[in-house]
Amino acid sequence: MAPRTKASLVIGAVAAAALALAGCGTSGGGGSSPSAQPAKTEIGAGEGQLSILGWPGYVEDGSNDPAVDWVHPFEQETGCKVSFKPFGTSDEAVTLMRTGQYDVISASGDASLRLVAGQDVQPVNMSLLKNYPDIYPFLKDKAWNTVDGVNYGMPHGWGANLLMYSTDKVTPAPTSWNAVFDDAAKNTGKVTAYDSPIYIADAGVYLMAHKPELGIKNPYALDKDQLAAAVDLLKQQRTHVGEYWSDVVKEVQAFTSGSTVVGTTWQVGANLAEANGAKVAAFLPSEGATGWSDTWMIGSKTKNPNCAYKWLDYIASPKVNAQVAEYFGESPANAKACGQTKDPKHCETYHSGDEAYAEKIWYWTTPVAACLDGRKDVKCTDYSEWTKAWTEIKG
Amino acid sequence: MAQQIQQLPPGAPRTAGDVPRAKANTFSALLHRSPRLRLAGLLTAPALWLVLVYIAALAALLVTAFWTVDTFTGQVSTEWTTENIVTVLTDPVYQRITLRTLWIAVAVTLIDMVLALPIAFFIAKVAPARWEKLLVVAVLMPLWASYLVKAYAWRNVLAEGGLLEWLGAPIGLSSPGYGETAVILTLSYIWLPYMILPIYAGFDRVPDSLLEASGDLGAKPLTTMRLVMLPLLVPSIIAGTIFTFSLSLGDYITAQIVGGTTQMLGTVVYANVGAANNLPFAAAVSLVPIAIIMFYLFIVRRTGALNNL
Repeated sequence: MAPRTKASLVIGAVAAAALALAGCGTSGGGGSSPSAQPAKTEIGAGEGQLSILGWPGYVEDGSNDPAVDWVHPFEQETGCKVSFKPFGTSDEAVTLMRTGQYDVISASGDASLRLVAGQDVQPVNMSLLKNYPDIYPFLKDKAWNTVDGVNYGMPHGWGANLLMYSTDKVTPAPTSWNAVFDDAAKNTGKVTAYDSPIYIADAGVYLMAHKPELGIKNPYALDKDQLAAAVDLLKQQRTHVGEYWSDVVKEVQAFTSGSTVVGTTWQVGANLAEANGAKVAAFLPSEGATGWSDTWMIGSKTKNPNCAYKWLDYIASPKVNAQVAEYFGESPANAKACGQTKDPKHCETYHSGDEAYAEKIWYWTTPVAACLDGRKDVKCTDYSEWTKAWTEIKG
Repeated sequence: MAQQIQQLPPGAPRTAGDVPRAKANTFSALLHRSPRLRLAGLLTAPALWLVLVYIAALAALLVTAFWTVDTFTGQVSTEWTTENIVTVLTDPVYQRITLRTLWIAVAVTLIDMVLALPIAFFIAKVAPARWEKLLVVAVLMPLWASYLVKAYAWRNVLAEGGLLEWLGAPIGLSSPGYGETAVILTLSYIWLPYMILPIYAGFDRVPDSLLEASGDLGAKPLTTMRLVMLPLLVPSIIAGTIFTFSLSLGDYITAQIVGGTTQMLGTVVYANVGAANNLPFAAAVSLVPIAIIMFYLFIVRRTGALNNL
């Protein structure tokens, strides 16, 4: 066959396939009204099985570390046999949950609202969960787990995005996010920041304190002008950033070697860096900070609702919540968990019950067009606009 | 064919009357008579594979680029729009990223070319025959280690106080740190075997007698290299560049590990698929490297390099 005919055959095949695909296209986006499904009124006998979608480290059956196992006790207690699927990012979680194959999911604030809007999760009757009253009050009825007064799940753990610096290289010790924004030039090339569009909210927190004239009330509700101001600030910062991080291990290594001396971290990163012998300190700056809070939710298409309810109650029970929080490196949601941790100072290190501390944290929430701060007169920028802005900031 | 073998009980007498005869298999007879049918039977499976898995996937990508996504629920909406493509082509950010990615791919390709030529020449023409195989194995050796291991190793080499800084200190050189230079260095290292192998194969095919003849006619080694070897090698070199160029063009892992703040087309695709769940926009971005590599293949098609892959 001559090359020419071969080429035209290939093109023809592509065209045919494209046409076939175009034919399948049915118009229509997703519905965005919350699920109308009624909540359960009682927990019956277990169905014998439960499939869980969760962050790695949240569902351990002893196969990674024989000492870390809270799945087998659950199976013995309830007769619900657990199958577990871990996910790497919130977006992967949303995509997997949409298949309807999973009964429960541990969703972070940047995924939970999308799950509710996509009708992938169902309302949860919190009065059926006996551990719910012990959950810290400041984690209840929040924008990322409650929509229109309807609860969508069990709060599980939380953490803040802190500011970390090398104590021997950054003097005087910073007290504000200034160190990575207006004062970033002092450590140019050695500043780090979290590599995700959601980091724009960190700039929002800073602007809220330092440029009140912009009128930012919630860092996840930025209109066009406010977003532009945040983007400007981050572009300025970009000239001093040596590296953006998304992998906490990589960030710890950069602090240990000295490639980075100041920037955002999680408490677990600060602990790791100190364990590595790096001279660092991490703290919550005066402006407050962004953070994350996870919620266990129940799939809307679940066939095992009783086992799902049992899991939500079990995972938030004091002993198990303490085990998970320590293994994962976060604050437990259950106040009684603090008495059960192996390290008696765990809750102190992570500021678990510290309401004043928690109040300074703006937990990750998906930015949406309908302003989260309640403004009706403007349209806010949504997450895809943030993603495009983030690409633009990095240049 | 199994059904044609008739099992005889052990020790059964074989008489002329019950010699097993092949049953007339109409299907194989039909295939035997019709060469066209035979060919079709052989080609159907691979052709289906090519169309369904490869071309259909590419076409799906092409089509997705014209769709949009409901940014809140993350569901793809199949209304036609050219917005994504227009943004990728006209927004200065994406133009800059495209140029940067192109520059990195070209730099990596040039560096690998310069490094690979003498190495391949040494293996094919200078090293004693019994060393040749060993050296080829040595070149292939890094491919046995995972890509990630190599990239992370370079992260340590380039780090502050790392190997590069330690080596450079006596002569007053410092590590470039994480950034574009680091990406070029690391990619050059990782893709080097893909450049050496085709060039080595090219050198290997040049008969020694040709070089001797050139020498006998009075050409100096460099002249032989330039006028005899190089023209014969051009297709092999281009074959190597297709590997290094296209692999660099699509890379996103190295850029994330040693790139510091560097964005490439790959990292933009990754960010839009992984973080924003905006598949249509990611598809639109990924069409850029596809277009570039198609264009490159179109140019080099006539050199015969594609026969060397």
